[in-house]
Amino acid sequence: MSFQERRAIVSLISSILITAAYSAYMIQRYPEASPYSIEVFRFWGAFFLILIPVSIVAKIVIYIVFYIVNTIATREEEPSITDERDKLIELKATTRSLYVFMFGFLLAMGSLVVDMQPSVMFIILIGSGIASEMVSDISQFYFYRRGV
Amino acid sequence: MGKSPVSNNIRKLRFEHDEMTQQQLAEKVGVTRQTIVAIEKGDYSPSLELAFRIARVFGTPLEAVFSFDEKN
Repeated sequence: MSFQERRAIVSLISSILITAAYSAYMIQRYPEASPYSIEVFRFWGAFFLILIPVSIVAKIVIYIVFYIVNTIATREEEPSITDERDKLIELKATTRSLYVFMFGFLLAMGSLVVDMQPSVMFIILIGSGIASEMVSDISQFYFYRRGV
Repeated sequence: MGKSPVSNNIRKLRFEHDEMTQQQLAEKVGVTRQTIVAIEKGDYSPSLELAFRIARVFGTPLEAVFSFDEKN
């Protein structure tokens, strides 16, 4: 298995773990108020705003650990350049990922149209965010393994 | 993904050039070793620019390195 394939798997697992752990922690702080109250909107605003830096920092730490463990285990250093194949694979993976998020976004807006609670819209947005990341990582793994 | 219709003689040419390693060829043309592996296996069709670079390393015309087979 190449370095890029291992990196895609690590990224996939870390995305799932970070979002799951963060959601489990934050859900305990969900305000006991009316679904349409300002507290609920403030909660979801904070949820998204804090998730971004938490996710970035956690991924940086996980990648550093991965690079160290990978170098020790395989004696293979990470590729120092990103070549045309890497860029093409990233582009294809990002395209698929955006399609998934776009579908999730439309679904989230649809939930408002059919009079669902605002929390449902936010949960769909989070779900589509993690789904799009997963599709990106799985696509990268697939293209590196099966060819592009 | 199916095999690319572009086939190549890179492995043979490497052997004929002092058994050049995939890593050495990758460094000469400015890509990763994995990309050379993918090209040799037919899993990736390189850009025209990269194809010319590879041919130049071996000092041969492009047609001597790559060939196109529509049946694939």
